[in-house]
Amino acid sequence: MRISRETRRRLTSHAVLVASTGAAMLGIVMLIWILGDVVLKGISAITPAFFIELPTPPGMEGGGLGNAILGTLLMTVTAALMAVPAGVLAGIYLSEFGRDNVFGQIIRSLADILMSAPSIVIGVFVYLIMVKTMGHFSGWAGAVSLAILMLPLVIRTSEEMLRLVPNEMREAALALGAPYWSMMLHIAFRAAKTGIITGVMLAVARVAGETAPLLFTALNSPYWVNNMNEPMPNLTVTLFNYAMSPYNDWQQLAWGAAFLITLSVLAVTLLTRLLLRTRSHR
Amino acid sequence: MKDTTPSEVSGTAISVRNLNFYYGDKQVLFDNTLDIAKNRVTAFIGPSGCGKSTHIRCYNRMFNLYKGHRAEGEILLDGINVLDTKTSKLHLRHRVGMIFQKPTPFPMSVFDNIAYGLKLHNNYRRDEIEFRVKNALKGAALWDEVADKLHHPGTALSGGQQQRLCIARAVAIEPEIILMDEPCSALDPLATAKIEELIIELKQKFTIVIVTHNMQQAVRVSDFTAFFYLGKLIEFDKTNTIFTKPKKQQTNDYITGRFG
Repeated sequence: MRISRETRRRLTSHAVLVASTGAAMLGIVMLIWILGDVVLKGISAITPAFFIELPTPPGMEGGGLGNAILGTLLMTVTAALMAVPAGVLAGIYLSEFGRDNVFGQIIRSLADILMSAPSIVIGVFVYLIMVKTMGHFSGWAGAVSLAILMLPLVIRTSEEMLRLVPNEMREAALALGAPYWSMMLHIAFRAAKTGIITGVMLAVARVAGETAPLLFTALNSPYWVNNMNEPMPNLTVTLFNYAMSPYNDWQQLAWGAAFLITLSVLAVTLLTRLLLRTRSHR
Repeated sequence: MKDTTPSEVSGTAISVRNLNFYYGDKQVLFDNTLDIAKNRVTAFIGPSGCGKSTHIRCYNRMFNLYKGHRAEGEILLDGINVLDTKTSKLHLRHRVGMIFQKPTPFPMSVFDNIAYGLKLHNNYRRDEIEFRVKNALKGAALWDEVADKLHHPGTALSGGQQQRLCIARAVAIEPEIILMDEPCSALDPLATAKIEELIIELKQKFTIVIVTHNMQQAVRVSDFTAFFYLGKLIEFDKTNTIFTKPKKQQTNDYITGRFG
């Protein structure tokens, strides 16, 4: 029996459609499963006490992860304060002065390599250069390891975004008699602003959920943090420890932590999307 | 070139003497010599790649931005050689403005687009800036259209309005010369007509050099026309003469559409 060419094409089309829809569904189902689990089990842990109290020993009622939330916030913000200025400046170098010289190429490749380096390697590295030499775990070491993770992302997005600024616009500013720095600061930077902010926010979202580098650097702590020079409580390592513990109420807190982390990363991502959208609508 | 003194009428704004230009080892301009007349419109025509844009980008040393781009010869502006590295680029570009092929509004409001250039060169008070922005917009025949949109983003204007905004921006800092590098090639015919009207008006105050691919445009707006071919200035004369009685065969071939 001969199948007409048209029928054969239609069959192939259907088969590919079914296969690709299935593959897409697989991804979406996994995502919904994870999110659903985290929300269902985590939301009950979210009480006012969760945000403001210290964790209690197993078996005791109540308690929260106030110290870990504060610690994560502190370390992430400190990391951003270190990585963003350095990263943006490096991005300016690459887009303006290092387009085709050897030094620029080296920096660019190194940033790309750093971007794909496993985060645990960076944790071990900071352990060696900071924790070992200082003799103790600290919030500073945690912040530095997060900053190292953010750095290549910030460098490369800043570079890309500045490169997207049309050459004509730069020339137009310079043709008005603007010095190069003024053109960069007032024109190119302004044009690339949204993109750079997006990159920074995505980098923050990326490191906010990191556990491995903190395990070796900030460690964790059941107390309120007095300063960044001490072991620093944080959500991800707490989540790791509590989830592995045999105690029900700790496991419950771990779900809460998972919920909070997921929610914040989601919020940052959504905010970024929103920022991009309002921009493109203009 | 003997007949390069059409500037008797109004004086010379720029004297170009033996201008040679190189992209690295490749020479693209050969011994260009001509005088640009003050308060007149001079059009540069010629096929793509003949060096007309490269030529005018020497007048404000725009090529300095790129490695390996090098100019030799003299471009005299009031006796000062523009190409001399001792001549301040910033000062030079204050005197010689430029309009580009694509409109390039800065990512800021209409008002700030013009105020940016003003603030670069002077320490004007706020009201002085407002006054000059308004004047520049009027000078670029844009005021009536944007008077109520001064604080809207410049990028929200139409293409033709954006180009007039760029002209207003250039006019605001009161240059002596305005270079236009195919200012209408990205615009529709109506917007083009407006810009052309504007060019004719602007020559009362400024010297204008316009590069164009559109020969009708050269006829409509310019007083003098220079024809470039393969980096050489082939013929330079009154526009009327170039388009009716060209002296060179190549010019004749180009304007009659035999090549280019």
